[in-house]
Amino acid sequence: MNAAGLIFSNIHDTTIPELTRTRTMASLPFGCRYRLVDFALSNLVNAGITKVGIITHNNYKSLLEHLGSGRDWDLEREVGGIKILPPFITSYENASSDRVYSSRLEALIAVMSFISECSEEHMVLSDCDVICNIDLAEVIEKHAERGADITIVTKRISPKKLHLTPRVTVVRADGDGRICDFAEYTSEDGRKNEIEVSMNIMIAKKYYLIKLIEDAVAHGYTSFEHQLIGQRLGEDRFFAFGHGGYYALVNRLESYYRCSLELLDPEVRRRLFGIPDRPVMTRMLNLPPTKYMTGARVANSLVADGCVIEGMVENSIVFRGVRVGRGATVRNCVLLDDTYVGEGAELYCVVTDRDVLIKDGRRLSGHETLPFFIGKGVSV
Amino acid sequence: MPKKKKEWIAMLLAGGQGSRLCSLTGKIAKSAVKFGGKYRIIDFTLTNCVNSGIDTVGVLTQYQPHLLNEYMGTGVPWDLERIWGGLKILPPYQRQHGADWYRSTANAIYQNIDFINRYAPDYVIILSGDHIYRMDYRKMLEYHKEKNSDCTIAVLDVPLSETGRFGIMSTDPDGRIIKFIEKPKIPESTKASMGIYIFSKEKLISYLEADDADAESSNDFGKNVIPSILAAGENLYAYEFEGYWKDVGTVSSLWEANMDMLGPEPRLNLNDKVWSIYSRQDSRPPQHIGRLAVVENSVVTEGCEIYGSVINCVLGSGVRVMSGASVRDSVIMDDVLISEGASVDCAIVDTGATIGAGARVGAPRDESLPPFEVEVTVIGAGVFVPSGVEVTPHEKLIMV
Repeated sequence: MNAAGLIFSNIHDTTIPELTRTRTMASLPFGCRYRLVDFALSNLVNAGITKVGIITHNNYKSLLEHLGSGRDWDLEREVGGIKILPPFITSYENASSDRVYSSRLEALIAVMSFISECSEEHMVLSDCDVICNIDLAEVIEKHAERGADITIVTKRISPKKLHLTPRVTVVRADGDGRICDFAEYTSEDGRKNEIEVSMNIMIAKKYYLIKLIEDAVAHGYTSFEHQLIGQRLGEDRFFAFGHGGYYALVNRLESYYRCSLELLDPEVRRRLFGIPDRPVMTRMLNLPPTKYMTGARVANSLVADGCVIEGMVENSIVFRGVRVGRGATVRNCVLLDDTYVGEGAELYCVVTDRDVLIKDGRRLSGHETLPFFIGKGVSV
Repeated sequence: MPKKKKEWIAMLLAGGQGSRLCSLTGKIAKSAVKFGGKYRIIDFTLTNCVNSGIDTVGVLTQYQPHLLNEYMGTGVPWDLERIWGGLKILPPYQRQHGADWYRSTANAIYQNIDFINRYAPDYVIILSGDHIYRMDYRKMLEYHKEKNSDCTIAVLDVPLSETGRFGIMSTDPDGRIIKFIEKPKIPESTKASMGIYIFSKEKLISYLEADDADAESSNDFGKNVIPSILAAGENLYAYEFEGYWKDVGTVSSLWEANMDMLGPEPRLNLNDKVWSIYSRQDSRPPQHIGRLAVVENSVVTEGCEIYGSVINCVLGSGVRVMSGASVRDSVIMDDVLISEGASVDCAIVDTGATIGAGARVGAPRDESLPPFEVEVTVIGAGVFVPSGVEVTPHEKLIMV
């Protein structure tokens, strides 16, 4: 594949502070055994891309631990493979320590050397807040065939789906797919018709991308989307590519909770995990299979390996190493790795971060629209 | 990396066919047979090596090695990818003066004396890749050194009724072996050999060379090498192991060992983090338990989808149990489909098999029988059991 990947691991951290306090958006756990970066990485690898730069900014310990040498994505390579691109002090002129990589453009400027050293013709830029399983090979092929400078992957959605989303970028394209408008949209705009939103995945010709970045440095631009793309819509060749598969945007605790539970829908799982030859790969952990004890009652739930279930679990997402004690009831919950639910505890609409301890007999409840969140390592 | 001498290395015999496992070893070596949902039998011995601090393991392969070789790869899952040592696969090979298959256990090691000498170890531990157990070999090595032993054999106290299946050792109060009888009719002791030997290297090589020179010998550790060491009056000691150990060489023992993982206080507890078993993992989505599913007293691996009833079972990855299907007291390996309304009882269903709608496999367990007397039905890899068909206990369906 004549393309290299570039993943922005931190760019949407601020939208979901509860879960990104101790980690990057990329390393946000999702779907029992994944982290969000797995979707971006698997999409690249499944398209035959073997060189991926991962731009990190802060809080990246969990991400580095997850990625390791890249072996689990078959990216442990002599040529290419995973390149972690952490910030460095002299990343760009007038850098001040509190402003390292605060925007996409600044990050791109800082990793210019990675981009220019790539011998591939195209770059795939991907954020980590989008959950999808997309055939990027097809997108890249279309991109090359159209002679596009930049192709932005979009998804047509009903504005109803956006009610939890603070802002999205709306893309309008003409009949040939050429982008004619590119604007930020807030949920308060109250539109009724279906809209085409950016999935924060784009393909750029490498030389064109370098030109854009150099131009941004020369003019002191700060916004990639508005000052660079927005101003060039008329002259340069920007195209949209509509994605037909599953798409979810994680940008608030509420939407994280909602799309987690959406995985209980078999159709969603089929479109995300069941596509032949496009598996979602993740870090392998050495855990025993899950054990259901006599008296366990589990219904409509997704469960990862390494759990021991003695109580009742319903409509829930259970991550690796969770224990649900005897007589406990867990309904409509998302329990991250190694959560311990004591005997007789009752949880309803609760999201627990990793290593949470719920003592025997505790009763906790949130609401379908707003889950009760318990931070990492907390005992209740 | 300096090529330092090693204190000890392991030689793991994994070339056996395991013909008593019927179709389960039709296309794969016995050591590569799936166990406990996500493991293969060899994982237990490899994990024991690593957790005992052994960093060089020669794995002798011969029968149907492809899947086993692919599975072991360069040893990464067991942390055995090392610059000097690590996991090394040792197939039979050609030499200047001819070539030979591994004719037997002792002959296989004999043919790899050069490999052993490369690492100049003081001790060599001989293991086999077809037992389920967790053991710290370091304690056995300590014992070997303490007794100033030439050869130490790990033994397990077995019930008197089972002694006829093992090599039985009689020892003096100090643990020194004074008598060794292979599968005795009238046992003098209940100490059974576990097929684990620690040799001081020089003794191992000299006895292997003598054994090879003996035209009468069938070159087997249990039958020939150990008796001749005993006859020569060398220091031969028995190391008593306490804990779970099972030879899974037969269909019923394989089934029984899987069942040992179940229950509130399982005999084989793999959730113990101190000695977790390493294995090569598969990237599969999480398991989904459907709205009307019943899953009790079972072990379930990633990628499974359960809509029916699963009780007292061990399920491998990607198993689908459709609604109205019932699976009980069974071992189901990877990617098996159990269709609507089918029932499976007391069976081992191998990888990729399909049980058609309404088919019946095996018969419900007779609780009055001890586990080893349960008749286990085997469905071979990739076999399709058509809808409505009944497969009775003891029938073995294999792919043709």
